[in-house]
Amino acid sequence: MEGARCAPSTSIKLHQHAAPILHTGTVETRTISPSPPVAPLRRLAVVRRSVGRWGLIAALAALPIYYGISDLTHGYQAGFVAGHAVIHHDLSKLGFNFAAGLSNGAIWALIAIGYTLVYGIIELINFAHGDVFMIGSFTAVGLWGTLGLGLTTGALGVIGGLIVTLIITMIVTGSLNVLIERVGYRPLRGAPKLAPLITAVGFSFILQNVGLLWRGGSPQSVPDLIRAQQPAFTIAGVPILRGYILAFAVTVPLVFGLTWFINQSRAGRAMRATAQDPEAARLMGINVNATISLTFLLGGMLAGAAGLVYALYETNVWYFQGFEAGLIAFTAAVMGGIGNVRGAVLGGLIIGVIQSLADSRMGPQWTEAVVFGYLIAIMVLRPRGLLGEETREAG
Amino acid sequence: MNELRAQLREWRAAVQKRLPPWWSRALAGSLIALGIVLPFLFPSSSGFMNATIIAVTYAVMSLGLNVVVGFAGLLDLGYVAFYALGAYSLGWFGSGFFFKARVHVLVSPVASTLPGVHLNFILVLIGAAAICAAAGALIGLPTLRLRGDYIAIVTLAFGEIIGVVAVNGQSVHVGGGMTLTAGNLGISAVDAPYFPGIGSFNLLNLRPWYWLIFGILLVVLFVNLRLRDSRLGRAWVALREDEVAAVSMGIPIVRTKLLAYSIGAAFGGVSGAFFGSYYTEVNAGQFQFGFSIFILAMVIIGGLGSIWGAVVGGLALGYINNYLIPDVLNGLPGKFGLNFQLTQVEFGIFGFLLVIMMVLRPQGLIPERRRRLELTAEIVAEDAQLAEVPGTGGDAT
Repeated sequence: MEGARCAPSTSIKLHQHAAPILHTGTVETRTISPSPPVAPLRRLAVVRRSVGRWGLIAALAALPIYYGISDLTHGYQAGFVAGHAVIHHDLSKLGFNFAAGLSNGAIWALIAIGYTLVYGIIELINFAHGDVFMIGSFTAVGLWGTLGLGLTTGALGVIGGLIVTLIITMIVTGSLNVLIERVGYRPLRGAPKLAPLITAVGFSFILQNVGLLWRGGSPQSVPDLIRAQQPAFTIAGVPILRGYILAFAVTVPLVFGLTWFINQSRAGRAMRATAQDPEAARLMGINVNATISLTFLLGGMLAGAAGLVYALYETNVWYFQGFEAGLIAFTAAVMGGIGNVRGAVLGGLIIGVIQSLADSRMGPQWTEAVVFGYLIAIMVLRPRGLLGEETREAG
Repeated sequence: MNELRAQLREWRAAVQKRLPPWWSRALAGSLIALGIVLPFLFPSSSGFMNATIIAVTYAVMSLGLNVVVGFAGLLDLGYVAFYALGAYSLGWFGSGFFFKARVHVLVSPVASTLPGVHLNFILVLIGAAAICAAAGALIGLPTLRLRGDYIAIVTLAFGEIIGVVAVNGQSVHVGGGMTLTAGNLGISAVDAPYFPGIGSFNLLNLRPWYWLIFGILLVVLFVNLRLRDSRLGRAWVALREDEVAAVSMGIPIVRTKLLAYSIGAAFGGVSGAFFGSYYTEVNAGQFQFGFSIFILAMVIIGGLGSIWGAVVGGLALGYINNYLIPDVLNGLPGKFGLNFQLTQVEFGIFGFLLVIMMVLRPQGLIPERRRRLELTAEIVAEDAQLAEVPGTGGDAT
């Protein structure tokens, strides 16, 4: 009973207004109600739908286009030479914003996948996910200390150490996420949807305080093992920093691996089946609880990987990073269409760029407001997100 | 376990049978009387009085959020926005913050000589309620098409945006060298409540503060009780239980939902303005996401949708947060040789309470009748079985 109420009808439940109108084909409409008033209603729905899609795309494109034009016409200050501001009129600052944003977005994408997987399978916003990511960062940094990784370690040592760190961190955060699901969410499978959401918030606060006690209340700098801020090479005047390469080097294989796993493996098929209809999946012999645990394990592992990359990239960690990252990544997941892995990656990259633009042009203190403004815009314009129609397929 | 529960239910039924029909009114009356004389039992500026005032204010907020989350079932994770707006209403209209203006309406003789906008505290409260009601409707608008979790996210985003604007308001100029907020510096020296004939409140004597907020609590409680049984209240419950059915019964969904947001927000604004005045400062640092969750925790722990639950939850968490943790138990980890103070981890404690509460007693301390039925479907089935057995009599639910 509770399962049936849960997963199978997300798109319908979430988009009550849009769904019936969208799915009504021309022929069907005529056969059901031949009266003329149908036509204006349908036109309105079509208008609304296209306003939703194009409005969202326009809103997303607005920032880069505005700043691109402003860079070209008014120019930007590229530095000082002999006390005079050097004004450039080109797009390389915008390119730099994009490079920074995309690589940052790669980290958000890893976290957003965790949100989207869990939402896809049990329709829960796992508020604790961002804090699992934070614990991942802390674990990774702690492991560096244990393994003796520092600024003096040689290149091979760093690479080997980081791979070991990555694996252990992923195991730790994956298990943590499974544990949270077991303790906090599984007993509430039959309860109203509000109940697990509230335990999720509770776990989020618990983990935050664990982090607070672990590493104190202020950001702590960690050894810059990979010299993240040094440019590795330059493309068209845009320096590509080593941190950017790292973010992609970790994210891309993980995302492809995950997609392969969901699409090709037997367990992945079980995940997709459970997401579609838990009850039917159970009848087909799928162990639904184990499948849900597996989903949390995967989400937690990706969050752990993101935690390691974040620590290397930002070279500082603090207990509140998980909360901020969690909200940003959730925005990304919603933007891409929650429940959709490709959407989460796309959303993560887009949010990364928005954030980087806001950081560099408006000042970091406004970034949060800009990101949330976008979140509300998505909700108003297109609640199902950019790729949301495929919700049920991507697990 | 089940036998124990059945036994408990039996006892409860037996107790309820013996009580006279007016016992609940008598209980409410004696609680109110106790509330009125409470300040005389403690020194006029003790830590306990301070905790009580804060706890009662929390109860008002909790009642406000209960309208949105409990009655109408719209999960609001940005309630702190209304606390902020209420407090800023006081900062704007009851302090020297807008120093170019000179408006004085029924304020104390001292305040009427100062620059800035100074309105009487009651006017500020009304203004705060009005501003928050408008903001509540505004926040509600984009959520009309959404459900459940998505509403939570939009309200959360609004709450965070208001928090960010409060922090960065120093750089938002509204003309004449005046800014929108004072950010983390805080708008300080806000007016204390002043009533002609009574005089100005001060922090040396906390009793008048207590009676003021207790009066507000009673008003809000009365409004809540009347609302719950009104046409509007029943419409909220209907929307919460089944939106499609409610709409097809002719409930105007837009108006009903927006009214829930507005009314809930107005209560939040009133208590926010009171807090601003009581803390003598309106500081952007107060308006964190954690606070929204804190208020939500009160509603949940009390029992979603239950008015008395909201009051109990607000008082309980208020005392835990402002008396038990900082005054009584703060050194506890130190006694076990742990190197931290309990106040550092108070949100962790609330998180823990939330998890425990949800797993063990999802219906809350004083559950609303309807939700209790919903959450304990198997108990209802059991009750039905019990009712069939001759001799056990009627059941309590």
